[in-house]
Amino acid sequence: MRETVAIRVDGRTVAVPRGVTVAAALLGLGIEAFRTSVAGEPRGPLCGMGICFECRVSIDGLSHQRACLTLCRDGMDVVTRG
Amino acid sequence: MVETLRADVAVVGGGPAGVAATCRAAEAGARVVLIDEGLAPGGQIHRHLPGEQPPPKARPWLERLRRSGARLVPSAAVFDAERDGSTWLLRAAKGDSVLFIRTSRLVLATGARELFLPFPGWTLPGVIGAGAAQSLIKSGANFRGKRAVVAGTGPLLLAAAAGLAEAGAEVAFVAEQASWARLARFAADALRTPARLFEGVRYRLASARAPYRAGFWVKAAGGAGRVERAHVTDGRLKLEVACDLLCVGFGLVPNFEMARLIGCATEGSGVASGDGQETNVADVFAAGEVCGIAGVEAAVAEGEIAGLAAAGALRPDLPGVRRLISSRAKARRFGRRMAEAFRLRPELLRLAAPDTIVCRCEDVPLERLAAARSMREAKLETRSGMGPCQGRVCGAALEAIRKLGPDTVRIPLVPVPLEALAAEEAREEPP
Repeated sequence: MRETVAIRVDGRTVAVPRGVTVAAALLGLGIEAFRTSVAGEPRGPLCGMGICFECRVSIDGLSHQRACLTLCRDGMDVVTRG
Repeated sequence: MVETLRADVAVVGGGPAGVAATCRAAEAGARVVLIDEGLAPGGQIHRHLPGEQPPPKARPWLERLRRSGARLVPSAAVFDAERDGSTWLLRAAKGDSVLFIRTSRLVLATGARELFLPFPGWTLPGVIGAGAAQSLIKSGANFRGKRAVVAGTGPLLLAAAAGLAEAGAEVAFVAEQASWARLARFAADALRTPARLFEGVRYRLASARAPYRAGFWVKAAGGAGRVERAHVTDGRLKLEVACDLLCVGFGLVPNFEMARLIGCATEGSGVASGDGQETNVADVFAAGEVCGIAGVEAAVAEGEIAGLAAAGALRPDLPGVRRLISSRAKARRFGRRMAEAFRLRPELLRLAAPDTIVCRCEDVPLERLAAARSMREAKLETRSGMGPCQGRVCGAALEAIRKLGPDTVRIPLVPVPLEALAAEEAREEPP
């Protein structure tokens, strides 16, 4: 079993594998909608490599962070659907 | 924090081309800085998590990179590049730091991204790129228990299907839009390059349990709030395949924004380059997929040549260099054959319905773009291309489906906080 780190996702503390990206962690938690589009639609990762910005979430209070380019850190606070 | 780095050669992009260029330039004695947006060098093809073993094929180059003495700057996005007297000045955002990179010569190895074609339902969560599936798996995503459909074109589909199967997903359907006749011609050609054929076969075997259909394409995706089914057709048959992951790959397009910002001419879809990978802009070289999609072997050869040239060490008469030039030519020929074999069928360019969203950042449907004659008009009238991706997704799509040319590139090349844009270089310290 991989080591885990504890992160907060939308106020809930969860254990995710150490060293994975936020996008990978959220998908692993069954979260597919990362943000809400300007017209109110749910959106999730599309390109997986930092181009499309569809996976953006708030991380530690900073909005518009690309989940696919950010590694999970212990104690990180992630907010989706912002 | 603000920091200035000085270099003889700055390489932008840490994929196979950028790594090869960095190694060659540094080994030739140049002071080299490699700036990469990824978490660890290797690019999308050799993507791996920091601290984890890179894939075996990448190890010799990454080991060489480590020994080269070049300075590696990961997780940094270049958002501006301009001439400043006799040097190039790059500005990059890295976390909340801003880096100024002053360099005599510049190698652009910014690679390529996936081309996304809009079709009804493509904005549903769970519809991702075929390359994205691989990137996410390499980033630690777990697709165990997922039922996946893979659709689009090219060898990447097989690679994605194999990757998904290895990551625990059930691959329900692989739809290759190219016809069997085209595939057969391509396979006959590929016999001349056995290594690649072996790769192809290996992928095929790994995903053998997945039905692979040539001449089929995805028409639409459906589901409530997430993808639940893919509608697949060969023009006559209409299949509905239940899935919770739809991976689409319609080919790649070069990441040429930075090259266009500094005035590099393009040729076909990529940056135009000469025998030494030089562009039309003085002291600027380009290598890899940014010069046109030709695969990893072309990228490595071009990167090596660009690195040598940027370090002033390219001597075309040397046997090693002659070998590089010939392997570059061979790899590019293969790239052209591949482009021909997997050329998109016209039906794929007409999948979007009037209400299908084309610009995902600003939620602009196709019908609102009907009157636009250029990307500039599209932007001004609909905000299409003005969101955070800056038209990287919808611009390439509109170029493919509506033949709209790209708009002028402006800084910042990627969204950065205002403080980063406003940051000033620290004053020169006395020597």
